Amino acid sequence: MRMHNKIQLLSVLNTHLVAYPTPMNLNYSWNGGSLAGMMLASQMLTGILLAMHYVGHVDYAFASVQHLMTDVPSGMILRYAHANGASLFFIVVYLHVLRGMYYGSGAQPREIVWISGVVILLVMIITAFIGYVLPWGQMSFWGATVITSLATAIPVVGKHIMYWLWGGFSVDNPTLNRFYSFHYTLPLILAGLSVFHIAALHQYGSTNPLGVNSQSSLISFGSYFGAKDLVGALFLALVFSILVFFYPDLLGHPDNLIPANPYSTPQHIVPEWYFLWVYAILRSIPNKAMGVLAIGLVFASLFAMPFIGLGGGKFRIITEWLYWTFLADVLLLTWLGGNEITPITSFVGQCCTAYLFFYLLVCQPLVGYLETQFAHGTQTN
Amino acid sequence: MALRRAVASFLPKLAGAAETLPAASHAASSFSQLICTPLDVVERQQQPSGFRSFASDAVEVFKPETGLTPTNRLSMAPTPYIKYDEHNHKRFPPGTEGRPFAYFVQTGGRFLYASAARLAVLKIVMSLSAAADTMALSSLEVDLSGVEEGTTITVKWRGKPVFIRHRTDAEIAQSAEVALSELRDPQKDVDRAINPKYLVVVGICTHLGCVPISGAGNYQGWFCPCHGSHYDISGRIREGPAPYNLEVPEYRFTEGQKVVIG
Repeated sequence: MRMHNKIQLLSVLNTHLVAYPTPMNLNYSWNGGSLAGMMLASQMLTGILLAMHYVGHVDYAFASVQHLMTDVPSGMILRYAHANGASLFFIVVYLHVLRGMYYGSGAQPREIVWISGVVILLVMIITAFIGYVLPWGQMSFWGATVITSLATAIPVVGKHIMYWLWGGFSVDNPTLNRFYSFHYTLPLILAGLSVFHIAALHQYGSTNPLGVNSQSSLISFGSYFGAKDLVGALFLALVFSILVFFYPDLLGHPDNLIPANPYSTPQHIVPEWYFLWVYAILRSIPNKAMGVLAIGLVFASLFAMPFIGLGGGKFRIITEWLYWTFLADVLLLTWLGGNEITPITSFVGQCCTAYLFFYLLVCQPLVGYLETQFAHGTQTN
Repeated sequence: MALRRAVASFLPKLAGAAETLPAASHAASSFSQLICTPLDVVERQQQPSGFRSFASDAVEVFKPETGLTPTNRLSMAPTPYIKYDEHNHKRFPPGTEGRPFAYFVQTGGRFLYASAARLAVLKIVMSLSAAADTMALSSLEVDLSGVEEGTTITVKWRGKPVFIRHRTDAEIAQSAEVALSELRDPQKDVDRAINPKYLVVVGICTHLGCVPISGAGNYQGWFCPCHGSHYDISGRIREGPAPYNLEVPEYRFTEGQKVVIG
């Protein structure tokens, strides 16, 4: 009897990774999930190796990273692989989410897949933010100070919560230590969430680019989409290698090569590029508390999308076109997030934020209804 | 139902096969259904081959002992029970599918994956070995001009204590006189010191690793307090449980009165 029919574990792996019936018309934008899994594995591996050399104390953290870069064999590769790996992780996950929004992957019956995905995104964002603090450069320190200070938006107890988060009266050694601990733990939770995410998907199977029932045209995942994922992975490995070996500091900020100085704030505090869109939304709203609420609202509307939206844009001409305006809006927000605040960028930022919420909360339920009206209207018309 | 069977029995080809092939009996019943239903039902496309084949019937042929879903079983195992209408299919003539080329490309790729895996393993494993700052501390230069005759200094080398003794002529002579048959670990004194005036030994007892005390013991050398090992003025074990003489590290003398250990 074949091995994968005899042994329970192999049987489970076979059912979900080899024999698993998959719609035959999936395109390359379906590669995002497996690529994200690969990036998580890469980050965990490089992270474990980095943890052997990094010292989590404010007096030694920056120096330990420099020691890693210059003295440790292949230390430079490890460090750049981990830093650029985070960027690639976000690129891959953003493409994965955008695929979900375009094709309505989160529509019923796959709401749990979508919601667990948003949780994964949140955990990723927290992990990446914490990880960036660890090298203890200027941007690390001040980014941590600015974002943790958002806790003061909470009325009455905000300041005390902030001191509790910091473990003191400012971002200092206790903060660094707890961030190091969380940065090691959260990816393990992320791995568990990813397994749950896939399990939730496998309850009903994948949707497909046409959005139609695909029960009659399923093929085994293993050989076909294994090969397709391999092509995607090779392409990702190429981009990864070009970044790490030729342009390792392209996505980083030079200010983070200055050791953290609590008395001097850099002129231009920006988070890493993958947070710029959130940063732009935060800055575009003049009131601090409202800015924090706006970010919360973005994620709340992401959570709610399966329930207020009507699915993907295939064969829905207005929805399809509107999706690209949403994408342009997010890209514009990303660019704005990296810019200085001027009257023009401020105004444009507010317009973009307003449009973002308009798309997520108004267009999702409304446009589907309008399209139905245009398509066949009602008898009395 | 009875009418369908009656109609099916009028079709000799299919009726004969109906009992043996479930697909054919299905086809027979559907064909009979087609001619029995009213004409205003939407016309179904007739295939030139004249019969249809159903995956659901083919699935039943496979035993469910693997526990896989029917679709999984079907997608994994080729079956002759599903027939496709292939009149407009193009097939490669046998032998011209281009398998040799495809296999060459795949094999080339696999060589690359193997080399990438080897590189990854090597980089990871080597990243655990000594870093440049540790390697820099692996050599130590000691200035011996301050060491007076008859005194011993202790220096830290690679994290371990090293005794350097500026020996007197009497001590050197005494070390040379000892017969090798008396020694547990026979070694001549001239083999243990490049310049007999200076003895350089690692100050770790060869028994279980304690640091011996200078100028103690029954042999005017070192005494290890942990389990009572006595070393002589050449660092050789004379009494006690230690098996070997004190280790002589790699060292060389450089200009002036300097020695470089390691």
